[in-house]
Formats: sequence, C-alpha cells, structure tokens
Amino acid sequence: MALSREQLAMRVAQELQDGYYVNLGIGIPTLVANYVPEGMDVMLQSENGLLGMGPFPTEREVDADLINAGKQTVTAIKGASIFSSADSFAMIRGGHVDLTVLGAFEVDVLGNIASYMIPGKLIKGMGGAMDLVAGADNIIVTMTHASKHGESKLLQKCSLPLTGAGCIKKVVTDLAYMEIAEGKFWLKERAPGVSVDDIVKLTAGELVVPEVVPEMEF
Amino acid sequence: MSGFNKVIDCYEEALNGLEDGMTIIAGGFGACGVPENLITEIKRRGAKDLTVVSNNCGSDNLGLAVLLEEKQIKKMVASYVGENRLFERQMMEGEIEVELTPQGTLAEKIRAGGAGIPAFYTATGYNTPVAEGKDVREFNGRKYILEESITGDFAIVKAWKADTYGNLVYRHTARNFNPMVATAGKITVVEVEEIVEPGELDPNEIHTPGIYVDRLIKGTFIKPIEQRTVRTA
Repeated sequence: MALSREQLAMRVAQELQDGYYVNLGIGIPTLVANYVPEGMDVMLQSENGLLGMGPFPTEREVDADLINAGKQTVTAIKGASIFSSADSFAMIRGGHVDLTVLGAFEVDVLGNIASYMIPGKLIKGMGGAMDLVAGADNIIVTMTHASKHGESKLLQKCSLPLTGAGCIKKVVTDLAYMEIAEGKFWLKERAPGVSVDDIVKLTAGELVVPEVVPEMEF
Repeated sequence: MSGFNKVIDCYEEALNGLEDGMTIIAGGFGACGVPENLITEIKRRGAKDLTVVSNNCGSDNLGLAVLLEEKQIKKMVASYVGENRLFERQMMEGEIEVELTPQGTLAEKIRAGGAGIPAFYTATGYNTPVAEGKDVREFNGRKYILEESITGDFAIVKAWKADTYGNLVYRHTARNFNPMVATAGKITVVEVEEIVEPGELDPNEIHTPGIYVDRLIKGTFIKPIEQRTVRTA
C-alpha cells in the first residue's frame, strides 16, 4: 500500500533529531510537526521571520500579526524569537538550519529539483524555496512517486525549470525512501506492502536496488 | 525645537513628491505588516507606471492588489504572486511586467540597497531561470550568481510603535521585510499604530533607528487575516 500523507510525514519525522532547527515547507512537510517523537525538542523555523513556531492559536489567541510562511495564523512557543526576512534568510542561506523538508514536482539522479513552475500554466513564484534548497545541507523532499497519470517524478533529468541544482540527497515518496549519490537513485526502504517491482516501474531515473530492501517501520 | 520630529498630520501629505514612473518598495508579507493606508494613498493619488517591489502583490482586493484596479503598476518585483486573480490576469495579458525573485534574494537586495552595497553573490538560483543573464563566479568550489541591490524613490513601511524621532518597533511577524525596506527609500514613509515621545521606547529594543525615517504618521489598520487557522482549546 502506498503511504498516506500522514504516514509520509511520520516517515520523515524519523529523520528529526533532538535540538534540530527545522524548516517545513507547505503541504505534507507541514504535517511532520505533528509527529515529532515524544521527549524530543525541535524548533520550527518559518521563513517570514519566526524561529519557534507553535501550534495554531485558539480562537481567543488569534493574532493577525503572527502568521507562518503559509500565511496561516500560528503561535510562538516559549523560547521563540522573531526577526526580519533578511535575518531569516541569513539563517537559511548561511546553512544554520539543520533540516529542510519540502515538496517537489520532479527530482532527478543529479539531485536537481523542480518545484516552483510549470511553463504554460500559472506562474505563482518560488517564494523562499530557491534559498532553502541552496542554503541547506540536509534536505528531504517529500512527494508522491508518480503523478495521478502514472508518470514518474523521479527522473534521469528534470524536465521543468529548476528550483535548485545538485542539492537533493534524500527523497521520501509514498512508495519508497531513496538517497541520491553518484548520479543514481539508491533504494533504501519500501513502503509496507509495496513491491520492489512497483517501485522500479515508477522510477524513470537510474535506480540501484540492493538485494534486500527493508520495509519502512512506523 | 526639534529637527528630528518626523511626524506628519495627514495621509494626503505622506507621499508628497510621488510621480509617475517611480519605484516604490513596500514592507509586508501576505497581509501581515502591510502599510495599508499608504497603499490607499498611492491609489488616491493615481500615480501610474510604477515599479513596485514587495514580497507579494497583495491578494484578492487586499494590500498592493488595490493598485492593480486602475493599472497603476507597470512592473512588479516579488517572490510570490499567487492567490491574486487580477494580478494573474494582468500578467497573462502582458499588462504587467513581473520579475520573480527568490524571497531571500529579495530581502538581501533591499538590505544591500539600504546599506550602500550595489550587488552581492549568492548561490540561490544558480542554474535556474533566475540566473539567466547574470554573472557567475566560483568561490571555494561553489558557483554563485551576482544579484544587484534595490533602492526606491519611496519606501513604505508599517511598524507597531514609534517615537516622534522615527525610532521604530515592529510587532511579531509583522516585522518581515519592513526593517530592510525602511533603509532603502530615498524617502521613507512609515505608518504606525502608536506614536510616543522620545525616551519612552527603550533604546535597546529599537528595531529601526529613526535615521532611516523621513515621514511618520499614525493610522488605524484593518489587519486582514488570509488563513485563519485555529485549534480547539
């Protein structure tokens, strides 16, 4: 069975470590915040200028001056800090954020990522994604393995305009966990009940399959 | 007598000197920390062919989007222009020129502009459409692109509190681009929720020193919320 959005977030959450500063993108990455292991402290960075993002406010706590990068009303945890956009991207570009999780349209064997623009369709803009992929050393891409029409999103070469070049090393999809190195995808884990054949069929870029591919554990 | 008093009395004076074809840099992220009343004043004045630099161009009927109604914006420099139907239409029909700029690069362009730095190298956008036509240089084995800084004829800023000298304090994430924007205008105009006397703000806690501020006005704000997300207590 392919992973649900929640299971994807749970698998990504296994990559968190105590004391990590983490930036979560919009969509599935945001859900990772719900699965921080008990007893572990991570601090969430929101690129509009908040380190220590908390849960949504109660109706009574709602404050128009306190939002996240997705423009949602949020809270600040005890020990949070607030700063300008320039400071926020100094943290990001300067490599001070420990882990960045974001979505993508396509990833290829060279670690290139395309996530912000489909030519001929509506162009909304890259927001902070280009800075995030350029600045972070530890990035996890989460996405579905293939499109609704069964087209692989894991390619030999990205077909869409790039958000960043050679910057992605880890991908968690609804079918598999893979790493990228030496111009290849390396299959590390498969979703429970998903066969290696299913993954191979839906991976367009060169994929290295070891003899034993363990199932993800939750 | 104080030559440092920046306070003006009415919005009609706030943008004196604004002309067609000028560049305006605006603070704000989404609907948060947006100089709402100064934008309304740009609309009232009817200045045209403006280049506007801001993270977003508002969203439907909010913020800078009101300047689209009479097509006052010729060129928009922004990192994100979604959730804005009028903008999408003007962009698709070629009525508005758009320079999509990564958010961190945009913040740094404005910061550098205000700090007297004409350009800087960044890895952001290398090998992407953003890098087209830009100088590339290698430092320590990594490739970087040259990005030019931005200054404006006017900078419009929303802060929370100010003293009459123009020392500013922002509130929560309404700070966002405002501190950089405040530094990058030939004329910087700031609107705030409260103005106090010099000495009432702790000098240790000033976010923007008054040296950057030319005009200061107290306003009332709608502060719309784009995504009202709540949890049950």
